[in-house]
Amino acid sequence: MQQKKNVFDYVIYVFLGAMVVCMLYPFWYLLVASFSDVAKVNASGGMMLWPQGFTLENYKIALGNESVRSGFINSVIIVVVGTALNLFFTTISAYALSRKWLFGRKQLMIFVSITMFVGGGFLPTYLIVRGLGLYNTWFALWLPGLIATWNMIMMRTYFQQMPEALEESAKIDGANDWQVLWHIILPMSKPMLAVMTLFYAVAIWNSWFSAAIFLEDRTLYPLQLVMRDILITQNASSLMSAGEGGSKPEIAKTLKYAVAFIGTAPILIVYPFVQKYFEKGVMLGSLKE
Amino acid sequence: MTRRQIIWLEIKKCKILYMMIAPAVAYYVIFSYLPLVGLTIAFQDFVPGNGFFDGPWVGLENFNKYFSSYYFWRLIKNTFMLSFWSLVWGFPMPIIFALLLNEIRVEWYKRSIQTLSYLPHFVPMVVVCGIIIDATGSDGLVNTFRSMLGAGSPLMFLQEPQFFRSIYVASGIWQEIGWSSIIYLAALTSIDPTLYEAAEVDGAGRIRKMVHITLPCLMPTITVLFILAIGGMMGSDFEKILLLSKPLTYDTSDVISTFVYRKGLQEGDFGFAMAVNIFNMLINLSLVAFANYTAKKSSQGETSLW
Repeated sequence: MQQKKNVFDYVIYVFLGAMVVCMLYPFWYLLVASFSDVAKVNASGGMMLWPQGFTLENYKIALGNESVRSGFINSVIIVVVGTALNLFFTTISAYALSRKWLFGRKQLMIFVSITMFVGGGFLPTYLIVRGLGLYNTWFALWLPGLIATWNMIMMRTYFQQMPEALEESAKIDGANDWQVLWHIILPMSKPMLAVMTLFYAVAIWNSWFSAAIFLEDRTLYPLQLVMRDILITQNASSLMSAGEGGSKPEIAKTLKYAVAFIGTAPILIVYPFVQKYFEKGVMLGSLKE
Repeated sequence: MTRRQIIWLEIKKCKILYMMIAPAVAYYVIFSYLPLVGLTIAFQDFVPGNGFFDGPWVGLENFNKYFSSYYFWRLIKNTFMLSFWSLVWGFPMPIIFALLLNEIRVEWYKRSIQTLSYLPHFVPMVVVCGIIIDATGSDGLVNTFRSMLGAGSPLMFLQEPQFFRSIYVASGIWQEIGWSSIIYLAALTSIDPTLYEAAEVDGAGRIRKMVHITLPCLMPTITVLFILAIGGMMGSDFEKILLLSKPLTYDTSDVISTFVYRKGLQEGDFGFAMAVNIFNMLINLSLVAFANYTAKKSSQGETSLW
């Protein structure tokens, strides 16, 4: 049904196009500024469409900075291990809860669902983490968010919708639940696993608050927390080595855009490949009822 | 066989499933239910290092301290106002965006706009706030525009309380307009095309089709999301406020959750902070319950969260 376009169409096309350009401009500026001479960036008043005085110096300083480097490495480890833990425990509990013959299934579902509506907030969690001796370790980042209830329920719904025939025949051949999950259910759940991996990994990569309250040792800081000190508090007190000359605020100014871009780049790189899964994830979530 | 034996057999059959769910149960007990037990410290003069029941018990003293404090109304007002204005401006935007996007019939153009508009949602909050600080600073983009329009000396937007809400709301729309529209776009694809065809036969133009077909078909989705938004009203974007607020702007930017953070974790006054936190939880729960009740009533029980 191809209709002829009228003025109305073109107004919408131009309007939405302009809107998206405006929405993305701040990120473009970030990128451009990170490759520009600091003095020129400061004089640009936030308006720059192309690098001014192109230089790689900012990245050299950023990557040469001990805090940034260790932050990046820490973040990678935290994301990889954290996502693996999240995925494993989310999957096995979602599988168990998706089996109709599970005795006490309804009660368990209620037990799980209640936590979506009532929670004690970060204060008691903080005390519990301290009480368990997890303070100032990465376990304080991994364990309190081990299972995102919403994700788990999404996954359970997905498992439930799978045909039971395959599983039954495997059971007759003597397979137990671990084998069914591993050899039958999971191979059929690749899109779902992709969505989960992305949701969890992005959430962990972007998170800084739990690190801010649970970590004391600067050598354990993830990148986002290092970035908070450089971009937000701007006193850059967390920069461990002063690097090449200049006071800490000066260094922070130079580092700012390059570091912000380094902290966003992993997401920008995977984004084009995975955005279709993100969408799928939201759709699956909306199938809840 | 007795009933008890039958149950026992049932349970034994699920042995592996119980093994699988056990870590989750432990997780929820420790990190979701135990914190609820931890709420008891609101009734104590709590010292870190104590257990949740060690006392000394002080009754409602912490609550009274909060109710009679200067902060009480300010926190409620700020928390409410930030969410209220986010709802007023932010809620309709994704709907309008989805409706406009729906009018685009060049598929690649539509896809690209959609995909690009999600992007701000995934950018780390720290970077988003860094950008906001940069853009609203004395030599940032906003002040550059102002001076181009002939305004006088640059304004330090994040240091003046009167700008905080606008910055919060506007940046919230920027971050979420694309992502929040997904659910509406999905609902749009499920509208029966014959409805439009019938309307065309009756001579309806595009605007009329939008108003009389598209919008009514979106109504159930809009209702559910509106309930959810009302239910979450007293929970503002904590991380963003924490990153953007300063003592200078606390008159508008200090909300319940940031106050709890400051009193509890930074100043160590756990009992008091927890009392504030409990008060907030109670408001939240009643808002969710109220929203759910209203939706159930208005849709004769068809739309509700539980």
